[in-house]
Amino acid sequence: MSNYIKLIVLGLVVLFAAIGSNYARDLAYQVHAILVMIIAAGLFIWTLRNTDEPDILVDRSAEYMDDVIRYGVIATALWGVVGFLAGTFIAFQLAFPVLNFEWAQGYANFGRLRPLHTSAVIFAFGGNALIATSFYVVQRTSAARLWGGNLAWFVFWGYQLFIVLAATGYLLGGTQSKEYAEPEWYVDLWLTIVWVAYLAVFLGTIVKRKEPHIYVANWFYLAFIVTVAMLHLVNNMTIPVSIWGSKSVIVWSGVQDAMIQWWYGHNAVGFFLTAGFLGMMYYFIPKQAERPVFSYKLSIIHFWAIIFLYIWAGPHHLHYTALPDWASTLGMVFSIVLWMPSWGGMINGLMTLSGAWDKLRTDPVIRMMVIAVGFYGMSTFEGPMMSIRAVNSLSHYTDWTIGHVHSGALGWNGMITFGALYFLVPVLWKRERLYSLQMVSWHFWLATIGIVLYAASMWVTGIMEGLMWREVDANGFLVNSFADTVAAKFPMYVVRGLGGVMFLAGAVIMCYNLWMTVRKAPAKEASLTVAVPAE
Amino acid sequence: MEEYTLLRQFADSWMLLLLFAFFVGIVIWVFRPGASKEYKDTASIPFRHQDKPAESKEARK
Repeated sequence: MSNYIKLIVLGLVVLFAAIGSNYARDLAYQVHAILVMIIAAGLFIWTLRNTDEPDILVDRSAEYMDDVIRYGVIATALWGVVGFLAGTFIAFQLAFPVLNFEWAQGYANFGRLRPLHTSAVIFAFGGNALIATSFYVVQRTSAARLWGGNLAWFVFWGYQLFIVLAATGYLLGGTQSKEYAEPEWYVDLWLTIVWVAYLAVFLGTIVKRKEPHIYVANWFYLAFIVTVAMLHLVNNMTIPVSIWGSKSVIVWSGVQDAMIQWWYGHNAVGFFLTAGFLGMMYYFIPKQAERPVFSYKLSIIHFWAIIFLYIWAGPHHLHYTALPDWASTLGMVFSIVLWMPSWGGMINGLMTLSGAWDKLRTDPVIRMMVIAVGFYGMSTFEGPMMSIRAVNSLSHYTDWTIGHVHSGALGWNGMITFGALYFLVPVLWKRERLYSLQMVSWHFWLATIGIVLYAASMWVTGIMEGLMWREVDANGFLVNSFADTVAAKFPMYVVRGLGGVMFLAGAVIMCYNLWMTVRKAPAKEASLTVAVPAE
Repeated sequence: MEEYTLLRQFADSWMLLLLFAFFVGIVIWVFRPGASKEYKDTASIPFRHQDKPAESKEARK
């Protein structure tokens, strides 16, 4: 019966997309309509072929749903390499403008590729890492199989479709120009559906948990899912100009729009890149160190303090703008107070190793996780400092901001994700160990030195640029033109690009290592599909 | 009263007090007697049920 409903829905989608591809008002919408039409038609045929076949019911409640997580791990690694590659390329585009090829103008110049890079690393790499690890962690800590059956597969594939629509949209010009929220209205609607399904799977699993308590990692994951849903809905309140076109108009105007954008933007950092990844930290560091978290009490206070404080920090993005002073002061004060819980969390993560510090010498995976927490501490110190109005007057609009973002994104999010992947692959593919620990060490040092090169060059160029912009001569005239600052930044841009190359090389080594782990490392069990015998 | 002023006044007084009291309440609740023992058990959740789901609530050691 449910297959008939699916067939009707899919048929209507194909029809609608076909009409859309004909009436499309712009290229991005047309390409997306054709893409959706092909995918929906394929699903229609696949569903049709399975309709009225005898149901083979297998009770899988006695095992975890790991196949979707395996797909998630692969997607994370692949999207990571794509995102790092795009980032490295646009870094060199800034250093060598000739890389904005004439034949690709309007498609592959810096302005089009930059959102592709940010979305690829944040939403494709980070998002897949969050979905995969949250599915893994919530099952293990709830001692229950994922709720909702194939809904988890819908979340996975639906999210990949969102990524593809977003990425191709940017290249073809379908963007609403809101930072980290660039996708247009129909992509936003699709993500909303996928996200509700994600929340249902996650909450459903927690509800049917066998453990009496909800482990702290799940609190962080849940806060991430719920808050991102709220942010996404409010920041994307748009009215499409036409149902056959990608252009839409936001309902907010003026400074309210700016404030909502940065309320969204900063909490994308706070809940997507912090709360979700803290969930990872609270599960994978104890697992890899083989000892429980340093202080569970601290983790609860950490959670509530982060939740209550982060949501107010957004206005620090709008110092010296039309936003009233009281609002940007509020944002600044909350950003500084936020330093406390951030460092509380960092201490909790690091001290989990107390009594097992020797593992740092022998286990490159735990080294990776520890340096991730170290970078978390560093960037959550740098961030509050940069939110102070006086500091911000120098740092804002300069490359210092870019350096700050990358020490957080590459150092904290990247490294903790790599650590989680190194933990997950042997477990999920039932291997005894990783293929090569030496390669993990290579990855660790390449990535670390890459980040150091990146952050250091951006500090130098950012502060230099900020000082050059404000330099005035004895008569009060500005000394430097904008082009002067661009010329002065060239050497640092090259160093930054090289840092990116090193980070990318580390990630490629990781992919090879994980691939060989699956292919060559000694297996624990003969087959992945062997069902756990009923006891 | 104007809608903005009304909401703003509420946010600045009762809601602020409520949220602050909630947070302080959590901090106190975390340090309640007997919490350490309970959290010791909760903190060791990641080290159980690594390979397959629990059979029932009683199956938990």
